[in-house]
Amino acid sequence: MSATSTTTRTATTLRPRLLGRSVVNLVVGISVLYTLLPVLWLVLAASKDRDALSGSDVLSLNHFSFVQNLKDLFAMDGGLYGRWYGNSLLYAVLGAALGALVSIACGYAFDKYRFAHKEKLFGLVLAAVMVPQTVLALPLYLMASGTGLVNTFWSVFIPVLFNPFGVYLGRIFSQGYVPDEVLEAARVDGAGELTTYFRVALRMLGPGLVTVFLFQLTAIWNNFFLPMVMLSDQDLYPVSLGLYTWNSSATVSPEYYPVVIMGSLLAVLPLILAFALLQRFWKSGLTAGSVK
Amino acid sequence: MTSPLTTTPSPIGATRPADAPSSAAPARTTRRSSRRRELGACGALMTPFFVLLVTVFLIPVGTAVWLSFFSDDQPGLGFGPEHTVFVGLRSYTAVLTDPTFLSSLGTVALYCVIYIPLMVVSALALALLLDSGVVRLRASAQLGLFLPHAVPGIIAALIWLYLYTPGLSPVIDLLGKADITIDFLGLHTVLPSIVNIALWSNLGYNMVVFYAALQAVPREVIEASVVDGAGPVRTALQVKTPLVRPSIVMVAMFTLIFALQLFTEPMLLGQASPVINSRFSPSMYIYDAAFTRNNYGLAAAASVVLLICTIALSYGVTRWTNRATAPEEDAR
Repeated sequence: MSATSTTTRTATTLRPRLLGRSVVNLVVGISVLYTLLPVLWLVLAASKDRDALSGSDVLSLNHFSFVQNLKDLFAMDGGLYGRWYGNSLLYAVLGAALGALVSIACGYAFDKYRFAHKEKLFGLVLAAVMVPQTVLALPLYLMASGTGLVNTFWSVFIPVLFNPFGVYLGRIFSQGYVPDEVLEAARVDGAGELTTYFRVALRMLGPGLVTVFLFQLTAIWNNFFLPMVMLSDQDLYPVSLGLYTWNSSATVSPEYYPVVIMGSLLAVLPLILAFALLQRFWKSGLTAGSVK
Repeated sequence: MTSPLTTTPSPIGATRPADAPSSAAPARTTRRSSRRRELGACGALMTPFFVLLVTVFLIPVGTAVWLSFFSDDQPGLGFGPEHTVFVGLRSYTAVLTDPTFLSSLGTVALYCVIYIPLMVVSALALALLLDSGVVRLRASAQLGLFLPHAVPGIIAALIWLYLYTPGLSPVIDLLGKADITIDFLGLHTVLPSIVNIALWSNLGYNMVVFYAALQAVPREVIEASVVDGAGPVRTALQVKTPLVRPSIVMVAMFTLIFALQLFTEPMLLGQASPVINSRFSPSMYIYDAAFTRNNYGLAAAASVVLLICTIALSYGVTRWTNRATAPEEDAR
């Protein structure tokens, strides 16, 4: 390529470039269709009755029954879905908020303080990121049944607070957002260490906190294995486990199909909402995560 | 409480510098006490996390290892109380000679071999295309690609299960009109079908990670390569890609760690496909051993094997990438 003369190069690169441009747009366009169409199918299928579903007929305008499906969903099994939705919100929003605060505080301490064996401890935190959930599930179950916590809110809530990756992010954010000079200034002024953290540093760590919160919110909302192991009381189920159970009933009693689909659509909304509202923050969080 | 900068929290035993600024001994005490105060604050900030680390991570991992060496043996003919005995490597021998466990390891290995390269290459390719500047509606394209990340794993599996189910799926319907019949949940197609679900869920997220890293590449570097006569493809592959290597390693690592835990998708597809049995993946094997067969020793041994595989493979990935970067740095 480098051997060709300048004149022929300008002539030949113009056409491939135009061609390349449309190929690039075509590839990206197809990829976007690949990611969007299944979601679109979910929206359309949620608004159709059972006849349209089983006839693979979701694209037609007939059989429209969005409102009816919604009513059926919340009436099914004595309004169990509303319960599940509330549980999921409680596990996810409360768990993510508390978990993010705990992780960020620890990451900040790793960044700003010197103490013995610091990097070894940090290595332990990073190692915890790697350990599969399935490895922890059985011992956690045995511990929960030993303490009488099994099949309670706490058996799912406490383990999801643990977020080692949040500590890693917290350390990076603390390096980036909280200059050491600010802490020095606060110390010279005689402010206590914890007061400085809560009044000054935490405010600067805001975007990091939101990022960790979002990551954890997604993880807890997705959580399926742990509730499946811990919970037998349907009233405590999160949406994910509830829909799984309903879907297994649908193979025998097909009246569950429309409610499972409608239930899935509603279960997608909170995360989409959270990502849309907090876009500014998590984008910066992603960059921070990939720096190292 | 007044402003934090004017109040002085005075811990017991702390001497304020204003009390005796001229003498040397109190100054040392002050330094030591401020150091103690710093460590106290550090401890207070770290304690909640480390309490969690111990209770929901260290103790469970320890318990899993412990359980894998012990077993509830029933003495004699099953009469009398159960008691826990040390069985050494018996659970490991049992799990490693169990063909269903070995086949679950094989399944997840095959899954990783198909899924991880496919994911890394497609996410990176899309990020490079978006970064090339010729894509129209770049922001909307990114949002569209990212959308599946907001769909919980179990719901992604549900959507695709319906799209794989004859009679419900418009895709199969459409293919049927073109006289193509595919059983997406058949013996040889079910694994690619699962790969597709995972790819769909995470492609956009990883693309955003790569795209963010590409944005951080200094523009001068790219301009220099264009001046040197490199075309857009060469610039992308030989200039930009090596510069985002840390992101590639990170994405590969996380994809690997999550791929090894394969559970949700096969669990759900298993409701509709007889090809997926209850010990399809190692995680499903562990669940089945622990909660269906109530064989805690076996489940624990399988967990430890899975854990060792995860650690070994992650270590392998970091070692391999470190070695791959080394000669390049020597050349500089």
